[in-house]
Amino acid sequence: MLEIIDLHARAEGTEILRGINLTVKAGEVHAIMGPNGSGKSTLAHVLAGREDYEVTQGKVTYDGHDLLELDIEERAALGLFMAYQYPVEIPGISNKYFLKAAINAIRKYKEQPLIKTSEFLDLLKTNLAKLGMDKSMMERSVNEGFSGGEKKRNEVLQMAMLQPKLAVLDETDSGLDIDALKIVADGVNALRSPDRAFVVVTHYQRLLDYIVPDFVHVLAGGRIVRSGDKTLATVLEAEGYAFLEPAGTPA
Amino acid sequence: MIVTETTSYQEQFERFEQELGADKPQWLRDLQRRGLARFRELGFPTTKLEDWRFTNVASLAKQDFIAPLTPRVPGQVHDAGELAAQALLDDSFHRLVFINGRFAAEFSRIGELPEGVQVNHLEQVLRTQADQIGEQLGQQASLENASLTALNTAMFQDGAVISVAAGVQLETPIHLVFITERDEQAVASFPRSLIKLGKGSNVQVLETHVGSPGATYFTNSVLEIELDDEAELDHYKLQSDSIAAHHIAATHVHQRGQSIYRNHYFAFGGALSRNEIACTLDGEQVQTILNGLYMISGDQLADCRTRIEHAKPNCESHEMYKGILDNHARGVFNGRIHVHPDAQKTDAKQSNQAILLSDDAVIDTKPELEIYADDVRCTHGATVGELDDTALFYLRSRGIPEPLAHKMLIFAFANDVVQGAKIEPLKKYLEAVLLADHGLPQV
Ligand SMILES: Nc1ncnc2c1ncn2[C@@H]1O[C@H](COP(=O)(O)OP(=O)(O)OP(=O)(O)O)[C@@H](O)[C@H]1O
Ligand SMILES: [Mg+2]
Repeated sequence: MLEIIDLHARAEGTEILRGINLTVKAGEVHAIMGPNGSGKSTLAHVLAGREDYEVTQGKVTYDGHDLLELDIEERAALGLFMAYQYPVEIPGISNKYFLKAAINAIRKYKEQPLIKTSEFLDLLKTNLAKLGMDKSMMERSVNEGFSGGEKKRNEVLQMAMLQPKLAVLDETDSGLDIDALKIVADGVNALRSPDRAFVVVTHYQRLLDYIVPDFVHVLAGGRIVRSGDKTLATVLEAEGYAFLEPAGTPA
Repeated sequence: MIVTETTSYQEQFERFEQELGADKPQWLRDLQRRGLARFRELGFPTTKLEDWRFTNVASLAKQDFIAPLTPRVPGQVHDAGELAAQALLDDSFHRLVFINGRFAAEFSRIGELPEGVQVNHLEQVLRTQADQIGEQLGQQASLENASLTALNTAMFQDGAVISVAAGVQLETPIHLVFITERDEQAVASFPRSLIKLGKGSNVQVLETHVGSPGATYFTNSVLEIELDDEAELDHYKLQSDSIAAHHIAATHVHQRGQSIYRNHYFAFGGALSRNEIACTLDGEQVQTILNGLYMISGDQLADCRTRIEHAKPNCESHEMYKGILDNHARGVFNGRIHVHPDAQKTDAKQSNQAILLSDDAVIDTKPELEIYADDVRCTHGATVGELDDTALFYLRSRGIPEPLAHKMLIFAFANDVVQGAKIEPLKKYLEAVLLADHGLPQV
């Protein structure tokens, strides 16, 4: 589903990603861990198409497409979804309008008929209930004045509504209380299927107790320096990143 | 005779005086003559004047605009019917329609009015109740340093007159529609209107300005408003003039204690528009709310001016203006707040925000705060920006194509001013038609 080969990217003159290699197959869940500032969010943004980052080398294939050649909105329409570490506030646009615009934009891209209002509202209601969100939040502006946890839930709601093929969740667990963590994890697990894949960026083993990964990778200094199965997360939780010598650069 | 930029109006004035003067009361002829004298003295403003530094009316001054001597004959209109239909928001509203500055009965419709409410046109009122109006005309709009108010005073023939007795709550809005229809010569119109609300009354007035598409014309409008104690007026103004029009307007508001004046200004049209709102808060616990939205492109210029005189203690004035400027458009915002020595506990807020969609668009913002009382809260802020890149990326990363994402962000920016409109069809209209260029499709 996703194949990243020797990906290098820079921002404002500094190289942040320095040769990422990662293959994600349909049905898999990959966890990416790693120290602050190691490039995890940068990787997520480069996959989503953020133009602040310049890809200097490498290739990314997504579902048969040369991902780096696609527009931001095309990537989304083809089923790529990033849940933001820091969701953006957009005063003046209601959550509901935003969600419906996104669903219909994607449908239009796929030349499918637009969603019926009643169908949209039903779908929204079901997902809100699953995520323990109040429907009044749909009338509010996108993320405006939302608490940290509410913003994260709102990201998961968008994912649930858009049903992506590949979801990159960037620290969706940080800022969530324990109950919310479970709810969000349930939301993700409900979407797990043989033709979907997830890349979950997290700092904590705790999330991976709920969303059990097939692989765990350590990203440090812009490279994946270690990969393993879910037990790697347990090791990291216990020992930290001390094995990275010197701190922050690959061994 | 030396021909100057004021000559054409002098000649038109003389013609009016000759043809129509005999029917006018002496005080009115005197007033208009004073207006002409003042205008001739001051001439058209130049950019050397601080108040006109950013707004150049030289081309307006040079061109000949002709005010029609007689109203249009019903049935001989060109596209006024179409324009009137477009401007119509709700057929149930009381409406006075003016074509090229003159009342057009065939498009107007005044429904049943409660006792004590008068909705009429000035020319008619001058014929029947001239003396009553004599005390009102020119009370608020001073000729002192205002050459274009002086010109309006010299030239006006008609306009709207609304008066509401104490305690009346008028539920149906009053819609004033000013249409300028293309003529052989470029049209000048000088509407002069009066609104007077008695104690505790409550009214909504909507003012629409439209014109034949592409027509060059000059509208010079003056509106004088008096609000007695506890009166409440929601005043909406929709300036959708032709792209080649010059629109110059002054609204003067005098407010007594506990009155509320809300002005909602929406400007989209005109090659050059200048809208001045001057409020005198002459009583305690007065509220003045001035909200504006201007969206311009091409070579349009929109000049928004607010003058607030805090003359008495314990009053509030809140101003929020938003501008969206594309291409070579120019915006000017000049907000003056004058807090008199007596006006303790004044709460004055002013904000002007603009989004520039092009590198060539320009906004000049000039707050002028003159505060002579010590126990006051006055804040002002101005921001100029572009569309938020991060928000744009967020929307696009959810599959929303860039052009729609742009529209959504522009709409989002303008939205709080639009939502301030409490007349539902107006809000719909603003959302659907006036924001058409940047408006949101149904999704
Ligand atoms: N647009 C940018 N311009 C300049 N530097 C950037 C930019 N984006 C990221 N960086 C830098 O790149 C490095 C990696 O940042 P990134 O956000 O990808 O880290 P991260 O692994 O997600 O960290 P965290 O765990 O704290 O979220 C940091 O040093 C950051 O300051
Ligand atoms: Mg990060």
